[in-house]
Amino acid sequence: MSNEATGNGGQALRWLRRTVALPYLWLLLFFLAPFLIILKISFADPIVAQPPFTPLLEWGAQGLAGLKATFENYAYLFQDGYYGIIYLASLKMAAIGTILCLLLGYPMAYFIARQSPRRRQILLMAVILPFWISFLLRVYAWIGLLNNRGVINEFLLWLGVIDHPLTMLYNDFAVYLGIVYSYLPFMILPLYANLERHDHDLLDAAADLGARRWQRFVDVTLPLSVPGIIGGCLLVFIPTVGEFTIPALLGGADTLMIGRVLWDEFFINRDWPVASAVSVVLLLLLVVPILWFQYLQRREQDAGS
Amino acid sequence: MNDSPPSPLVQIREVTKKFGGVTAVDRVSLDILRGELFAILGSSGCGKTTLLRLLAGFEEPTSGRILIDGADMTDVPPYERPVNLMFQSYALFPHMTVAQNVAYGLKKEHVPADRIRERVAEMLALVKLEALAGRKPEKLSGGEKQRVALARALVKRPKLLLLDEPMAALDKKLRQHTQFELANLQYQLGTTFVVVTHDQSEAMTLASRIAVMAEGRIAQVGTPGQVYEFPANRYVASFVGNINLFDGRVTAAGNGQLSVKCETLGSDELSVISGGEIAPGSTVCIAVRPEKITISRQAPEARDRNVIKGTVWDLAYFGDQSLYRVRLKSGAELQVSAQNLRRSEKMTVEWDDEVFLSWEVASTVLLQS
Repeated sequence: MSNEATGNGGQALRWLRRTVALPYLWLLLFFLAPFLIILKISFADPIVAQPPFTPLLEWGAQGLAGLKATFENYAYLFQDGYYGIIYLASLKMAAIGTILCLLLGYPMAYFIARQSPRRRQILLMAVILPFWISFLLRVYAWIGLLNNRGVINEFLLWLGVIDHPLTMLYNDFAVYLGIVYSYLPFMILPLYANLERHDHDLLDAAADLGARRWQRFVDVTLPLSVPGIIGGCLLVFIPTVGEFTIPALLGGADTLMIGRVLWDEFFINRDWPVASAVSVVLLLLLVVPILWFQYLQRREQDAGS
Repeated sequence: MNDSPPSPLVQIREVTKKFGGVTAVDRVSLDILRGELFAILGSSGCGKTTLLRLLAGFEEPTSGRILIDGADMTDVPPYERPVNLMFQSYALFPHMTVAQNVAYGLKKEHVPADRIRERVAEMLALVKLEALAGRKPEKLSGGEKQRVALARALVKRPKLLLLDEPMAALDKKLRQHTQFELANLQYQLGTTFVVVTHDQSEAMTLASRIAVMAEGRIAQVGTPGQVYEFPANRYVASFVGNINLFDGRVTAAGNGQLSVKCETLGSDELSVISGGEIAPGSTVCIAVRPEKITISRQAPEARDRNVIKGTVWDLAYFGDQSLYRVRLKSGAELQVSAQNLRRSEKMTVEWDDEVFLSWEVASTVLLQS
């Protein structure tokens, strides 16, 4: 439904601008500024000093003396095939994790959205409840569960279903499990917010026009929930690509994700410029496709008018 | 249309629908004829929408049966009924264009694509929306949305088209125009329409027959004229149009007429034509519509007329007609409306005038309470 312009639309707009300005200021301060610092470092050379990189701008006696920027760090990333492989591996893991979250989260969100308002609140509470415990603790808890001498293995051994412990930890399985477990709420919540708003009349109308239950879902519910699907997938995919904790704690030595590489570059190699370049490329890798996607969507919307 | 005597297309037999402890539809029996534009009229919560949803198949009756074209529909799901519904909210699929919305029902029937195109074009022409075939619903005005909803509901050529408050979302000016168009369309197609509405003037303009519903039951079924001029009970009388009501007691009966003494009228007695045998002493309700009453300053001839006296308490001049509120000695008020037939600057009846109100005995309605 489009909102019709009201008489005091200008005033409302001004108010809206003022309200929106605050979050923007926040973003500017805590997202853009750090990003610019990282961007700056990525064009520097590493040196053994404090800070461990050369300054971008050189100051002489008469003020600004010169600009010293190097693209070597980026060149290095592209020359060494290692980084490309890890970027791809991270994207793949994030993509699979996101799809798993979607497959699991969609039915859950759909189910919650169809409950009575009272039960909806309880179920949503259950979805949000894990946030009350530290993310790190929850990931650690999985180590206790998945371990060779962990709760699950001990239980299965006791039951006699298996005769030697299953290897469930320090491999890709554990990482996927960790991703799905940690990010599922980020999939469910936007999907729920979308599905909950669906007009039930639309489903009745489809039934009235000859659609069976399954057809009603495919023809009406699914296409109308696309914004929720996209929202949920972005919320899961973006942080998962750069995820560090889960692969570091649950992954094996062969689980390579860019988050770990970043950590290694920063804290083990102490090569801040290369580490910064890694994170800038990661950001571009994520932001460019999203912007492009948004552009396509807007174009499609305009074409509909 | 053929000339064979109309047979009922829809037979509703003793249908009851309960939601938990609440009875929404209470033992309703109703026949709707082929090719009829039938209106179900009632205030909100009277069960009219539930009855419509029972016909569409969205609700199952708690007891009773519904037959459409002779076939029992009780266990037939909505997607298999020869019935389509136009929703009050229109329920247009927001992600589909106008043409896709209209085509949807045919697609579910697996009609070949070129046939679908033809039929959609036909329907869009019928509702004069050819130019908007490629638009999404959000880019349509209220009237356009309503026409898309209508085309979408008609495209499958249902035996029965149900319309839930079809005019409720339109503004007043558009509503009148659309009412005529809808009635024309129904006449053109010959499809049986059932319109649910809370708006009595809409029901009167559109429908060939009206069922007035109250508290889950049918209060009266009849043509607009019957419902207006011969209301079956107090509820119908006061729900459809304006009416003046007097409770009273029969003092004498004879010559097919009753004399009724009403407390609010003092010593004056009213005469009314009695339909059946009503013994003196029984309590009845007398009713008269405002436009049936003549207002005058001189005493009118009392032959075959009921005459009472009062004082003009309030007056509203509308140009074409005037509305008077006349207060009787007992304090009771009557509404009188009069056509301003003569061109005149001065009104013949003014505030605080002592006036005579009179109306024909034949125009007096007898309601049994």
